Amino acid sequence: MKVEFKLNGQDVSVEAPPMKRLLDVLREELSATGTKEGCGEGECGACSVMMDQVLVNSCLVPISQCSGVDILTVEGLGTTEDLHPIQQSFLECGGAQCGICTPGMLMASLELLNRNPNPNEAQIREGLAGNLCRCTGYMKIFDSVKKAAEVLK
Amino acid sequence: MTLPPEKPDSPIGKAILRKEGPRKLTGQSKYIDDIEFDGLHGITVRSTIPRGKIKEIHFGKNIPWSEFTIVTAKDIPGKNYVALILQDQPFLADGVVNHPEEPILLLAHPNKYMLERARQAITIEYEKLPPIFEIEDSLKAQTKIWGEDNIFKSYLLEKGSIDSIWNQADLIIEDEYYTGAQEQLYIENNGMVAVANSEEGVTIWGSMQCPYYVHKALLPLFGLSEDKIRIIQTETGGGFGGKEEYPSMIAGHAALLAWKSGKAVKIIYDRAEDMVATTKRHPSRTRHKTAVMKDGRILGMDIQFVIDGGAYATLSSVVLSRGTIHAAGPYNIPHVRIDAKAVATNSPPHGAFRGFGAPQSIFALERHLDQIAKKLNMTPEDLRKKNFIKDGEKTATGQTINEGVSMNALLDRALKHTDFQNKRRQFSLDNANKKIKKGIGFASFMHGSGFTGSGEKYLASKVGIQVVDGGRVQVLAASTEIGQGTNTIFSQIAADALSVSPDFVEIFQPDTKYVPNSGPTVASRTTMVVGKLVQSAAIGLRQTLQKEGYIKENYREEELRQACAKYVRDNGDLKIIVEYQQPPGINWNDETYQGDAYGSYAWAIYVAEVTIDTTTWETKVDHFTALQEVGRVIHPILAAGQIEGGVAQAIGYAIYEKVRWKDGRMANGTMTNYIMPTSSDLPKIEVLFEEVPYAYGPRGAKGIGELPMDGPAPAILNAVAMATGHEIKAIPMLPEDLMRASL
Repeated sequence: MKVEFKLNGQDVSVEAPPMKRLLDVLREELSATGTKEGCGEGECGACSVMMDQVLVNSCLVPISQCSGVDILTVEGLGTTEDLHPIQQSFLECGGAQCGICTPGMLMASLELLNRNPNPNEAQIREGLAGNLCRCTGYMKIFDSVKKAAEVLK
Repeated sequence: MTLPPEKPDSPIGKAILRKEGPRKLTGQSKYIDDIEFDGLHGITVRSTIPRGKIKEIHFGKNIPWSEFTIVTAKDIPGKNYVALILQDQPFLADGVVNHPEEPILLLAHPNKYMLERARQAITIEYEKLPPIFEIEDSLKAQTKIWGEDNIFKSYLLEKGSIDSIWNQADLIIEDEYYTGAQEQLYIENNGMVAVANSEEGVTIWGSMQCPYYVHKALLPLFGLSEDKIRIIQTETGGGFGGKEEYPSMIAGHAALLAWKSGKAVKIIYDRAEDMVATTKRHPSRTRHKTAVMKDGRILGMDIQFVIDGGAYATLSSVVLSRGTIHAAGPYNIPHVRIDAKAVATNSPPHGAFRGFGAPQSIFALERHLDQIAKKLNMTPEDLRKKNFIKDGEKTATGQTINEGVSMNALLDRALKHTDFQNKRRQFSLDNANKKIKKGIGFASFMHGSGFTGSGEKYLASKVGIQVVDGGRVQVLAASTEIGQGTNTIFSQIAADALSVSPDFVEIFQPDTKYVPNSGPTVASRTTMVVGKLVQSAAIGLRQTLQKEGYIKENYREEELRQACAKYVRDNGDLKIIVEYQQPPGINWNDETYQGDAYGSYAWAIYVAEVTIDTTTWETKVDHFTALQEVGRVIHPILAAGQIEGGVAQAIGYAIYEKVRWKDGRMANGTMTNYIMPTSSDLPKIEVLFEEVPYAYGPRGAKGIGELPMDGPAPAILNAVAMATGHEIKAIPMLPEDLMRASL
């Protein structure tokens, strides 16, 4: 089927089987490989993207549900020369190590800060609990989100 | 010329920004599955039984088999073994299988969805043979599944004369401890892309820790010359040991399919395949028999340490070695015997995982010491203080310690910082009539940096630094960035030696065509051993430019840039390669297993505070304090990040992560059913450093990466014992285990 939606502010149109995962459409059809696959079953959150301002696991979203939606991925956040404040905070605080959970973690952080611009640590822990990181033990990610919240104020 | 004195603006010890950080944070980094690719997808067909003979392979109907490239053991152009230590593991099973999920044949097709259908359509007939799944059964050797006696490797390490002291002891305390398997669970699954033909040879791109291990494994597989095998590491999403040896297997498979099909082939594992088929931490059983005096002095330790290696030898002998050497801990014990064995079972081979045998034997020792303290009616801290090794005293391998680190002082600092004794007193009082109980416990330990014994000498690692292309300075090493910060640390070390900013230094992508073999990215060796070589190479560059008059003794960064550019214009590219030189005074005997096991150690005291709900028997770690001496800290954020990540992984090892086995196969091979800690599960992890510079590390640095895996499990279970009185001797300790102990 043909599906039209917005990806990072740009109109896109893809031809894909209705049950093709949004994750695969992004990566295979639209070369948006910033979004990663970690588990394929909605556990790890590496594939998290924003869909109409809602955080979703793109491995669990069939493309047939994406008509007319607005998708934001890590590619739409900032560039290497002009990092988004959340990206900048992760860079300064050591919130990214191997980097594979990072795109999803950034999306979850963005969603959290949109909802709650001033989260305490318990709220950060809860907000990121759907995103697994095996490198950091999360402490530097909490620091990053706290710092981003300050900068974004 | 030696290293110039450290300048105030040196990047050493400063939290500079992660070198490849902006690319990772914007999704620009290319991991193996992100690379634009035109070719075939590959898939592996694996055994469904633990042990048996392959009788027949049936290819089902309704699959256009002619469209597929099919590779079996018969298609292998060279030797069918994964070259590592012993050559016993085949790339593809040839007639027999020895574990579930053993690779039997390979398929490639342009459409990856077709591949899964094809895999389902293949059935394999076996003649089953009796398998072994338990350490006990393997040791009995009534069924022989490997060699003469199922034993991959054994060590007997002896200090003093243990059998002469039993009758002098006030008390002899014996017990047995178990640790389970653990999945590394890097978030990026394994994957490889191969291009292979007889003209150009084999080129591999992929996720890996050790490009030269893959290189070594592919040489006999294809029978090609060294220059015809090229291995390139792509951005790697975590390793933790899990991408040390198994990538050789996957690279071989992708290359075999590429060789036969004449097309590029990509193999990407999904999570389920990665979890059930690739390596995990070795399960272990440790028996302790300890002779103690009433005042807490330990006269002797008799330790039997056995690890389950799975079906093939792979790295088990070296994992066993590190576990054995760490089994007696940071204590000065006059009489020690460690009888260690790695045995075969019919599960997929267990392999490298952060800590590499040490977390297993240290868990047993640190639990055992707390039990001894209890029996002697002493505090755990007093017992340790009676026995800590001090400078001038000898470890179990007879190594005289001389590092200027005091375990007594480290313990005192940790106890004071955590208010340990007051908390213990208060918790004991409060727990008496409560359903919710609190506990506090600790573990003390050390971890050797770098390869064991003569390992570094045999490795003879090389690092290069080159000046090319208008004066760009590039570090050439095969040591990989896998998240731990190799790129950043190397640029700090080189920049410090060149008196420039870290941005001046580029890190060349690990590619065996261009970088020398700096050894594998393992064993907490990258900063201390390879970093030292980076420093030497940078000094060599400085020296060359100075000697030939391109720079003066002191210069500004821009002057060095211009000097480098001028050098290249005048003379062409400059490349300096340095090779590992063993520091003086290191002696190791591989036969007796006596001598200087490691050039240096990191030392630590870890403290856990826990809450146990005795209705659900759930344990929650409330606070974790990690105090360690790791030599000079090169980068405070990266170093703390290593400790926090390692502690988190080890909390998982202690109370969450259970591999459930069914007939040698992991039965819970999904992230839904294998539970690693989330951001909600972990306590605040507080990291404290003590820094005693090591003379032979770059600006005094020692190893750090594996250390944090060692201490948390025993510290947590010691805290649980303090809270509940239940002495749990096996990990992972799940609520049901604790409940069972309470019945």
